[in-house]
Amino acid sequence: MAVPILKQGDYLIATIQSAMTDSEAEQLRDDLMERIGRYRSRGIIVDITALDVMDSFAARSLRNIAHMTLLRGADTVVVGMQPEVAFAMVQLGLTFEDVHTALDLEEGLAFLDARTGH
Amino acid sequence: MPLGRIRIVISTDADIVVARRSGRELADQIGCSHTDATLIATAISEVARNIVTHAGRGEIIISPVDEGTGEHTAVEVVARDEGPGIPDLERAMEDGYSTGRGLGLGLPGARRLMDSFEITSEVGVGTTVVMRKRRST
Repeated sequence: MAVPILKQGDYLIATIQSAMTDSEAEQLRDDLMERIGRYRSRGIIVDITALDVMDSFAARSLRNIAHMTLLRGADTVVVGMQPEVAFAMVQLGLTFEDVHTALDLEEGLAFLDARTGH
Repeated sequence: MPLGRIRIVISTDADIVVARRSGRELADQIGCSHTDATLIATAISEVARNIVTHAGRGEIIISPVDEGTGEHTAVEVVARDEGPGIPDLERAMEDGYSTGRGLGLGLPGARRLMDSFEITSEVGVGTTVVMRKRRST
């Protein structure tokens, strides 16, 4: 199932489901890249509240999304990481050093507003 | 219903999701914490992806383990393939070493997530990973 993407003003909000496969992650990247152009979006929120496993592939996909969308002029913020997922990521040796993160959707929107001067 | 072993054939990225979900369910059933279940599911995801990326096809067997206390206190995961094998196991277990499209954290990462981790591999024959995690008390 494709990751649903909602347009809200200047922003795109993608809500990832628990069972995201590798190909769905790649599809999300392509969809977001296309919609940034179509809607002239300035910010992207990727909501991973429902994601119960962040392995190295998913982490790399999210990092790629953040970097690629930035090159298209949109800031990406990843929101909603569960505490267990954060724990597993650190154990695994994965970092999100160069990816913006926020606690939840509300904080993510506040972050983007501050970045884009809304 | 007694808990039994679960065997999942791995050949696509959707099978990776099935395998990690099965691992989480079994971990929940033997009383693992939510955190331990997440660590087990993440480790399964890594070894399953290794099968898809390098061998194309293989299997994962997830079993509850009684380590002598009369109850299931651990989850054992066996990941087996008949792929090309890994010529240099020592390097494959180093962080950042990758011949696929990953980050090179798959196998060494899975080892860090679990309590025990053993890997055997023979070029032209295949690779087997046996890893285990005990329920935290």
